Amino acid sequence: MTGINDFALKLANVNGTGSASANGLLMQSMFRMGIPVAGKNLFPSNIQGLPTWYEIRVSKQGYGARALDYDLMVAMNGSTYARDITEVRSGGYVLYDSTWPLPSELHRDDVTFLGVPLAKMLTESVPEPKTRILLKNIMYTGSLAALLNLDMEIIEELIKEAYGKKQALLDVNRKALHQGYDYAKQHLACPLPFHCEGMDANGNKILIDGNTATALGAIWAGATVAAWYPITPATSVMDSFKAFSDKYRVDPVTKKNNFAFLQAEDELAAIGMVIGASWAGARSFTSTAGPGISLMNELIGLAYYAEIPAVIFDIQRTGPSTGMPTRTQQSDILECAYASHGDTKHILLFPSNPNECFHFAAKSFDLAEQFQTPVFMLSDLDIGMNDWVVDRLEWDDNYRPNRGRVLTSAELDEIKTYYRYSPEDENFVAARTLPGVNAKGSYFTRGSGHNRLGGYTESPAEYQEVMDRLTNKHKAAAKYVPAPIIERKEGATIGIITLGGCDLACREAIDILESDGVLVNYMRIRSFPFASEVERFIDEQDFCYILEQNRDAQLKSLLTLETRALKGKLQSILIYGGFPLSAKSVVEGIQHKLARQVHPDMKAGVITGE
Amino acid sequence: MPSIAKPIVTHPSLEKNSLGLNLRAYEGAMSTLCAGCGHDSVTAAIIKAAWKLSLDPHMIGKFSGIGCSSKTPTYFVSGAHGFNSAHGRMPAIATGAAAANRKLIAIGVSGDGDSLSIGIGQMAHAIRRNLNMLYIIENNGVYGLTKGQFSASADIGTKSKKGDVNRVSPIDPVMFALSLGATFVARSFSGEKEQLVPIIEAGIKHKGLALIDVISPCVTFNDHEGSTKSYLYTRKHEYHVTDTNVIFPMDELIASIKVNGHTSVTMHDGSVIKFTRTPEGYDPRDRAKVFSYLEEHQKEGKVPTGILFIDESSSDMHEILGTTDEPLTQIPYETLCPGSKALDSLMAEFR
Ligand SMILES: Cc1ncc(C[n+]2csc(CCOP(=O)(O)OP(=O)(O)O)c2C)c(N)n1
Ligand code: SF4
Ligand SMILES: [Mg+2]
Repeated sequence: MTGINDFALKLANVNGTGSASANGLLMQSMFRMGIPVAGKNLFPSNIQGLPTWYEIRVSKQGYGARALDYDLMVAMNGSTYARDITEVRSGGYVLYDSTWPLPSELHRDDVTFLGVPLAKMLTESVPEPKTRILLKNIMYTGSLAALLNLDMEIIEELIKEAYGKKQALLDVNRKALHQGYDYAKQHLACPLPFHCEGMDANGNKILIDGNTATALGAIWAGATVAAWYPITPATSVMDSFKAFSDKYRVDPVTKKNNFAFLQAEDELAAIGMVIGASWAGARSFTSTAGPGISLMNELIGLAYYAEIPAVIFDIQRTGPSTGMPTRTQQSDILECAYASHGDTKHILLFPSNPNECFHFAAKSFDLAEQFQTPVFMLSDLDIGMNDWVVDRLEWDDNYRPNRGRVLTSAELDEIKTYYRYSPEDENFVAARTLPGVNAKGSYFTRGSGHNRLGGYTESPAEYQEVMDRLTNKHKAAAKYVPAPIIERKEGATIGIITLGGCDLACREAIDILESDGVLVNYMRIRSFPFASEVERFIDEQDFCYILEQNRDAQLKSLLTLETRALKGKLQSILIYGGFPLSAKSVVEGIQHKLARQVHPDMKAGVITGE
Repeated sequence: MPSIAKPIVTHPSLEKNSLGLNLRAYEGAMSTLCAGCGHDSVTAAIIKAAWKLSLDPHMIGKFSGIGCSSKTPTYFVSGAHGFNSAHGRMPAIATGAAAANRKLIAIGVSGDGDSLSIGIGQMAHAIRRNLNMLYIIENNGVYGLTKGQFSASADIGTKSKKGDVNRVSPIDPVMFALSLGATFVARSFSGEKEQLVPIIEAGIKHKGLALIDVISPCVTFNDHEGSTKSYLYTRKHEYHVTDTNVIFPMDELIASIKVNGHTSVTMHDGSVIKFTRTPEGYDPRDRAKVFSYLEEHQKEGKVPTGILFIDESSSDMHEILGTTDEPLTQIPYETLCPGSKALDSLMAEFR
């Protein structure tokens, strides 16, 4: 690759020094230049002082997966210089602070070093040391603007949007930006052979992270009660929900809130609040990550068995235990599919990008209320916390919530006796009633054994009858959940199956493989229970590669458990080191599998995706 | 299982309350607890109080965890929705339901195991949020439903039925709640219906979380000699620190009862709690004084009962959250959804 609007750069920094805003500035300026761009934040679980990286991939073809070949390294962290410099491709560039000489042992002949005396220039012009640290980021952004031919007007505009009301801050930032820009223009060969040129690819696009989009989905779907316990990477769902609720949900006359925002004491309580609120008739949700799901297991079983809606956004991170909290994974699939003790089975949705987060978040409420059961939306850190370029979010004003079967007071007056779990409809769902509506609809919700009407039971036959209805209900949901996305290629006999954020890397890998003459069909699964198309697709293939980001092949396990697909027909490609996926890793994985088919005694490969 | 006659929880009275309902309308299913279990008396007191307050049955939400005590919501007000949740998780379920529909009259029943061990975190935080609910702990010093293990309220030196002596220090729900800033704290005894009914009435009227620790003996596992939660022991050591009457706004108009010489607290709906007995210098609105009074008297092995502390001025959960007066469940979707236009203009922020 490498050329106009086709390159990758990586910025190495120390966290807590203000580099995040400079990273965002770079991304956003490229986005506003109309160029397809993707940013990945590789950050530590720490507040200040540890290494942090940000990668930006510019791709005129619109490939948004991680690139592993860096054309330019912005090496701003002395403690990771050695490693960062080795990551640049041969013929690439390193931008560094030349106030101090670069240790000679780090030198590479095949790489061009671009020095900008950032610290020196700042010491001369900025008296305050703390401000200097922050301004360093803006200064190298200026140099990058010159090197990469970024539109300075756009960058200035963005700085104005950020500091518009604080004139003094605006002035120093602008000054630093220009100092960096001018220095590069005068001393370095600007622009570099690869750089940006304005395009028009982003007309109908936005730059948004999945957690913000998820919160918007909850608001537009009419959710009113949010309960949670802080955890990375799920916290920003709630931060956004609160911020947008303050914006859209405060009564203009009374100034009171048309929402309740509950920071719980732990996840045991958070899910309890969601279940209590849903039971009382509100649309309610929580947002958490794997450790929270572990704690919620107990009450998820209660909601499943007592048939109470609940929406759970699981922003997955690297487990087990605390794992790597700031790294991404798809490792809660099985935990969520069968969450809780006893026989339980849940509805799962797998969004692949922030746009889908928005729509699936809203859909989660419809499904939870229609099927009176917990629904999990499994996002992850990569989708949730990174900014993605996606289609603008759009809302259909004809949408009305599907509240499922809920009896009104008038309907209750019509019937002789109300039973909570009978009669059931074609989807095996019975009508529920809400407290505070009509005494005739009162019933006793319990997690203990109940018969088809809702009365307490310890009878084997009565117990099994209800459990079997719950199985049928789960199966019935397959017709209502988002169907898989399938793309067939003429002549292809093998398939790649994946889910969630692996989408981008897989699609790019399929293109690369095709250019090498290998044709593959593609299916991205978007939900569980599996829609009928899932089984059909697997049937059509000679064999399938299941690509997912966990060690234990959880999607593959679910497919072998819940479809008639034969285990031998499904082969796993597992990349679970915690970084977002690159097409290169996928291609390597598939080529390796193909080679092993020809040479069965070849050693199994390990791809960490680093 | 021996077939023993189950107690009739109430005696039907035909007298009607202001809703035109008699006591029967507040009863529930037949109790399946052991004959003589203290919890049944608490149930009867709840029925009486709900009837006296003329609560609209369908506006009541009954909440409980798991335990013999937590079974009891089935035994009162069958016209109310009930939620028998999971062990120790009642406060969170009630919090969510109350957040969704603030008009529900939340009545929670829990046990000393349910609230002081597995659920102590949730209980503490429900108190901190000052959720508007009645929170009754039917305290028998043991886990009844799992057959008599010591609970966290078992006193040092108390003996189990098998003869084991408890050596770990107890958690007193009253002191615990006081230290957490609870706005209504009371203690009573299941054998003292005269005292318990008005306390429950006041607790339901209270704006915020009303915690009532009711000593409620377990006849099967903890009513023997050597137990500090037996009927006999409680009768011997219990004494009324306060006695109270609840005077509704209507009654006051009719009877114009004077509240001379005694502390009286006006509730948010205008009714008055009149303390007809308080010790010299005792002020049920002074948390520090109540705390030291209880500490002093409980040290001597006494079991002080009555409404011990009350604060009607603190904000409840909805005031703290700033939620609208209307139940969130009744706000039309059209009001909740900002619509396509708002989303469209919001998209400019993501450019
Ligand atoms: C998670 C969980 N652990 C254990 C139990 C078993 N269990 C049922 S009731 C109970 C104790 C109840 O004690 P308490 O709340 O004091 O009620 P009591 O029966 O004494 O009225 C226990 C431990 C359970 N139901 N759930
Ligand atoms: S075991 Fe004890 S607490 Fe349970 S019903 Fe019997 S007497 Fe009551
Ligand atoms: Mg007990």
